Amino acid sequence: MTLLRDTKLMFVRNMQHTLRSPVFVFVSMFQPLMYLLLFMPLLNGLGGVPGLPSGKTVDVFIPGLLVLQALFGTAFVGFSLIDDIRSGVIERFLVTPVKRSAILLGRVLRDAVVLLLQCVLITLVAIPFGLSVNIYGFVVSLLLYALIGITMASISYGFALIYKVEDALAPTLNTITLPVSLLSGIILPLALAPLWLQDLAKINPFSYAVNATRALFAGNFQSIGILEGFVVIGVLATLVFFWGVRSLKKMAS
Amino acid sequence: MVIQTIGLRKTFTSKGRGGKKEVAAVKGIDLTVKKGEIYGFLGPNGAGKSTTQKLLSTLMCPTGGEAKVLGYDLATQQEQIRQNVGCVSQAGGADLSSTGVQNLVLQAQLYGLDALTAKKYAAEFVERFQMSTFIERPAQSYSGGQKRRLDIALGMIHHPQLLLLDEPTTGLDPQSRAYLWGEIKKLKDTGVTVFLTTQYMDEADKLCDTIAIIDNGKVIVTGTPSELKSSVGGDTIVFSFQTEETARKAEALLTEKVPKGKVQTKNSSVHLTIEDGETMMPELLRSLDAKNVEAQGVTLSRPSLDDVFLKYTGRSLREDQIK
Repeated sequence: MTLLRDTKLMFVRNMQHTLRSPVFVFVSMFQPLMYLLLFMPLLNGLGGVPGLPSGKTVDVFIPGLLVLQALFGTAFVGFSLIDDIRSGVIERFLVTPVKRSAILLGRVLRDAVVLLLQCVLITLVAIPFGLSVNIYGFVVSLLLYALIGITMASISYGFALIYKVEDALAPTLNTITLPVSLLSGIILPLALAPLWLQDLAKINPFSYAVNATRALFAGNFQSIGILEGFVVIGVLATLVFFWGVRSLKKMAS
Repeated sequence: MVIQTIGLRKTFTSKGRGGKKEVAAVKGIDLTVKKGEIYGFLGPNGAGKSTTQKLLSTLMCPTGGEAKVLGYDLATQQEQIRQNVGCVSQAGGADLSSTGVQNLVLQAQLYGLDALTAKKYAAEFVERFQMSTFIERPAQSYSGGQKRRLDIALGMIHHPQLLLLDEPTTGLDPQSRAYLWGEIKKLKDTGVTVFLTTQYMDEADKLCDTIAIIDNGKVIVTGTPSELKSSVGGDTIVFSFQTEETARKAEALLTEKVPKGKVQTKNSSVHLTIEDGETMMPELLRSLDAKNVEAQGVTLSRPSLDDVFLKYTGRSLREDQIK
């Protein structure tokens, strides 16, 4: 019960921070919107290649684009934590009996809520581009996006707690986000890739998330890929979250 | 005892070129802090003051030794210690983009208080520390003194029995310092025990009931400010006279009058070192007068904690600060 209460306190505190400068919620949607406007037209021309049925490019592209947003939109949240470490805010929280996991949980849940808002907005923008989406599938996929966001945010916070300075954080996060996004078939379908690349993609947890959300958007609920996506990302999110909590506990000692 | 430590140690391991390196920040500290006192932990930068405070506030785990805080074991009862101890770090830790009130209310809630009580406690501290004129503004707009008041209120919001203050007045203007000293002294009346680290001699002297001088990770000496000062020798009274001849006469008289004192004549002035200079001075002057030995001037100098630090470490505290 204390965990629930502490998490709520921390969530509200972090949400207040976000709402103080809400413009950044929209600024970080710029990247996916650019992909939508300036890159998708290219894909349309490719329609018909393996993994990209002609006329349905947008239906395949958008679920992956939202995974991209979940990866990059939350990857850099660690910078705000470094701010809080430097100003002594985190230490001030840590001298109270507040649950350690709540300090992090309040943050990642805020990040997840911001991400979901962005996902909904991007999806709405994509509808005039011809997107047809199964509404139930979309709602369920939001859960998966939230899990991806929680995963990336936890990784970002974990490294922020280890480094405590900005210099090392940005290159580390780029090193993680770039290969996992390239290896998940978001920009171009993996069906086009040589075998070795396809094999490599199989060890990338986020490629399962992309498959799962594509199935969900299409309303393809029997697909085993949906379950795979949830299991893989669910396990990963749990692991990295507790790794982050461990970093928090170890921060000072 | 509010704080009792035996051989408290903290060693940091840093990985660098050439393998692991161990740095001992706190090298076995024994402390006994009594209920209701202001305990000063005095030492130069890097002496291990903040590390000790972090150990006592459960922010760090000790490498060795034992400690009880408010009767709770530091190794096993961290939850209870956190609930009952207040802590103000050097950085302070106020959330700068939030208002003072938001900071205070959240901090109270983190100690388990419900929203209503949290607001009540916040209002109480706003009044007590005279913060009403600025407390509704974001903390980033505060002056140094205002921010420090908020920091200390944040540490005390849950009415702890023990308050740990890490260099509360470092970097403040004289007026804000004097104000905070007054507030810290008032804490004694409410029965709160204060553990205060400082690098200022005058601060330790004015505020503390007991002082432990720490240098290089070790406590060098402990005592009340007056005990420490008398340990470096007593007060010095300097009598100055018109001629060296008169001075000689005075020297003979004073040696007779205070056999325990140390009397020395330099040119036309006599230096007398005794335990209780202040109360002895009028009497000594009268007895010189009675013999028609007229002093032209008298000065009394008392040993300072600077002298204490110099005696026990061989260095002046100020030298360290310049470095």
